[in-house]
Amino acid sequence: MSAATIVTLPDQSTARIPKMNFLTKENGLLSWLLTGDHKRIATLYLISITFFFFIGGALAGLIRLELLTPQSDLMAADTYNKVFTMHGIIMIFFFLVPSVPATLGNFLIPMMIGAKDLALPKVNLLSWYLYMAAGIIAIYAMMSGGVDTGWTFTTPLSTHYVNTHVITTGMAVFIAGFSSIFTGLNFIVTLHKMRCPGMTWFRLPLFCWANYAASILMVLGTPVLAITIVLVALERTIGIGVFDPAKGGDPLLFQHLFWFYSHPAVYIMILPGMGVISEVISTFSRKRVFGYTAVAFSSVAIAVFGFFVWAHHMFIMGISNYAALVFSLLTMLVAVPSAIKIFNWAFTLYNGSITFETPMLYAFGFMGLFTIGGMTGVFLGATGTDIHLTETYFIVAHFHFVMVGGMLMAFLSGIHFWWPKWTGRMYPEKISQLAAVVTFIGFNFTFFPQFILGVLGMPRRYAAYPPEFQVLNVFSTAGATILGVGYLLPILYLTWSLKYGAIAGNNPWQATGLEWQTQSPPLTENFIETPIMDHEAYDYEWLERKQAQEVASV
Amino acid sequence: MSHISPVLWQFLVKWLTNFALFPPEASKIAPESDALFFFMVLVSLVGLTIVILLVAGFSILYRKERHPKAVQIEGSTLLEATWTIIPLGLFLIMFVWGALLYFRIYTPPANAMNIYVVGKQWMWKVEHPGGQHEINSLHVPVNEPVQLTLISQDVFHSFSIPAFRVKREAIPGRYTTMWFEADKVGTYHLFCTQYCGTNHSQMIGQVVVMSPDDFKQWLADSTSGASLAQNGERLFSSLSCNACHNTRPDARGPSLVGVYGSQLRLANGQTVTVDDGYLRQAILDPSEHVTEGYVPIMPTYQGQISEDGVIDLVEYIRNLSSGYRLQQTLNTTELPPGSEGTAAGPAPAAEVKQ
Repeated sequence: MSAATIVTLPDQSTARIPKMNFLTKENGLLSWLLTGDHKRIATLYLISITFFFFIGGALAGLIRLELLTPQSDLMAADTYNKVFTMHGIIMIFFFLVPSVPATLGNFLIPMMIGAKDLALPKVNLLSWYLYMAAGIIAIYAMMSGGVDTGWTFTTPLSTHYVNTHVITTGMAVFIAGFSSIFTGLNFIVTLHKMRCPGMTWFRLPLFCWANYAASILMVLGTPVLAITIVLVALERTIGIGVFDPAKGGDPLLFQHLFWFYSHPAVYIMILPGMGVISEVISTFSRKRVFGYTAVAFSSVAIAVFGFFVWAHHMFIMGISNYAALVFSLLTMLVAVPSAIKIFNWAFTLYNGSITFETPMLYAFGFMGLFTIGGMTGVFLGATGTDIHLTETYFIVAHFHFVMVGGMLMAFLSGIHFWWPKWTGRMYPEKISQLAAVVTFIGFNFTFFPQFILGVLGMPRRYAAYPPEFQVLNVFSTAGATILGVGYLLPILYLTWSLKYGAIAGNNPWQATGLEWQTQSPPLTENFIETPIMDHEAYDYEWLERKQAQEVASV
Repeated sequence: MSHISPVLWQFLVKWLTNFALFPPEASKIAPESDALFFFMVLVSLVGLTIVILLVAGFSILYRKERHPKAVQIEGSTLLEATWTIIPLGLFLIMFVWGALLYFRIYTPPANAMNIYVVGKQWMWKVEHPGGQHEINSLHVPVNEPVQLTLISQDVFHSFSIPAFRVKREAIPGRYTTMWFEADKVGTYHLFCTQYCGTNHSQMIGQVVVMSPDDFKQWLADSTSGASLAQNGERLFSSLSCNACHNTRPDARGPSLVGVYGSQLRLANGQTVTVDDGYLRQAILDPSEHVTEGYVPIMPTYQGQISEDGVIDLVEYIRNLSSGYRLQQTLNTTELPPGSEGTAAGPAPAAEVKQ
């Protein structure tokens, strides 16, 4: 492939990182710990979630090593149970939920709408402190003996039958939930109240729409999780009996409450990622996103429908057959907006002028893997096939295709895309393209065999398994090592680029968003004067005219 | 071959001999379930191919070298309607097909033989009506519908037989049912698929499908001496249930003769069908399940009877088709409980009947 590229960098011999920017404005630890600047808070979040991602990733490595052989030989069964529980809790509550919103969303939403900051900067900082407090409690729980309920905290196992750190871990999740509520609240207020003149709802970048939809889910769904965890804690400590059949309670009620949050939570995780993909695909094909309105509304549709599908996690649990019917139908309906998005992105490429920089490669990876992840979700949403496939490795593979193949690809795409804006420097292009390809290959090696394992009936959360499943597990573990390399590479070269990367200039990708029209890294106030939005989102002709004017005026 | 590393060699051999890709189809429902599964695989492959073709095709046709200037397009209502309606239609087909399958898998036929399964950390205890018990295995006859009534004694478990494509959660405090009709003799995996604590992955066993003759032989060889109903009868009298639930005109409790399967009006005005689940609730939580015309004087048996005991009682009441048996039980309670003339009975000296 020849090196046609869209990247336009300033003359490296004269270019300098602007002296005054949000990173250099103040110095010292306190200036970071007490900051109200959304970009600094986003940076704090980025460092913290990366830290938790690597803890969660190390635990995943242990899981895959244990599953290399059919016997439970690397760890005792109890240890294995604790490892997969902590892997789930850390990856979901401390990485996936805050990943795009709290880092990229935090960093970008004010800039994208031409604002100085989020509406509630102190609440934003509080949200990070809550996140860190929760994270420390979770790590304390892990270090002091761990917890082995699975990330789903299923009662009555979690309330009566384990004596590990359920309440401590529950408290961590409870507090992390408030961090996420505050982030969501902040985004909703900001998007309603802080848009610059001319920035109508339908001129918003689709990234903002996606985060808006996810914010609604955070604000409305997370309190239910908080209540559920409190009930579990009360059941454990004083035995209130809400979930205890011996006291007239209903153990299934827990699952209704838990999934009422935790199903929308997967949309909290994926929607912001979809927002990233819209921005990236548009920029690297130089085109408006095909059917802007449909993509915007499909985010909202996913958020609304997402609240009414929770019982599809319970088709085999003895809910009434007719309830299963209704929830299955609604699940099919929520699959449609995702299909719409995929095709709209594909047709955004049509008649474009496409280049293949790293963010675009990750975005292509997202589209392929998310399509597989989404389609296999339909296998599980149809009641009849769900009976055979649920609670097996099929569901593990499905979930990881959506969350790792989808969300993590989108996150990495976004991190590469906005890295120049964030740090003012470019990352090395060739090696990052290599990392994107390695990640894609490693991912498929790791998780595709798990679909077959699931169809064969291998149950999830097994420390030991029948020997005929070994070959596929060996494949999966081998793939995981490749995937691990794929994730380590960006850490290395992104860190390297902080000092040695080429100076990026304001707008290396020739992108149209307002965030690209200011300096990199941006000023603390984002813009010198409040921008006025006088064009549609993704208006590449406007950008050309503007650049032509700038050249003429020089 | 001597220069191949032994590890690699062993891996290749294992690959060739032990590599499963698809589970055996050993029940009537399995091919039907797989038909829908393969339909979905086909739709997914077609969908995925379309997405890949679009992305790859446009990437080649409209790459910057070939197509330096993008042409702006707003969108196309017609195209967008197409990719809304076609996936929606396909998903609805899968929904209807899946629902039909679901109702078939979870609606047992009336003539199915019933076997009780109790899940507990970390084993499956199977109880045949004839009193045969098994741990972590299930023997069933081929070509005969079998219904399982599941309950858990502690946490959630899930009873999964991949070769039959059926699975059902065993829930504490509530019966759930599943059924299947095995159609190939053989031994198949039985898994607990709901995470249930430390030894979750040891809660496995086997399902043995036998020819009818072998199954009869197995039942005869595995008898424990008393059927579930007989155990239930003993329990019924030892808990003094028959002090009230007798057929006397002045009885303080309703007669249980023929109550199973009937429509019952309750004191709170509800009408219920009496099934296993109702009987279980009525025994453990009697004040919420008072038959119309009776006063709520029955004490709760919560915590006094194990799930196995409840199953015995339910099985006894289910088979209680005439007052004669009940009278018999009543008469014998004045004396030590009698055995039913079986070899392994605990008190053969108490043969006082007839």
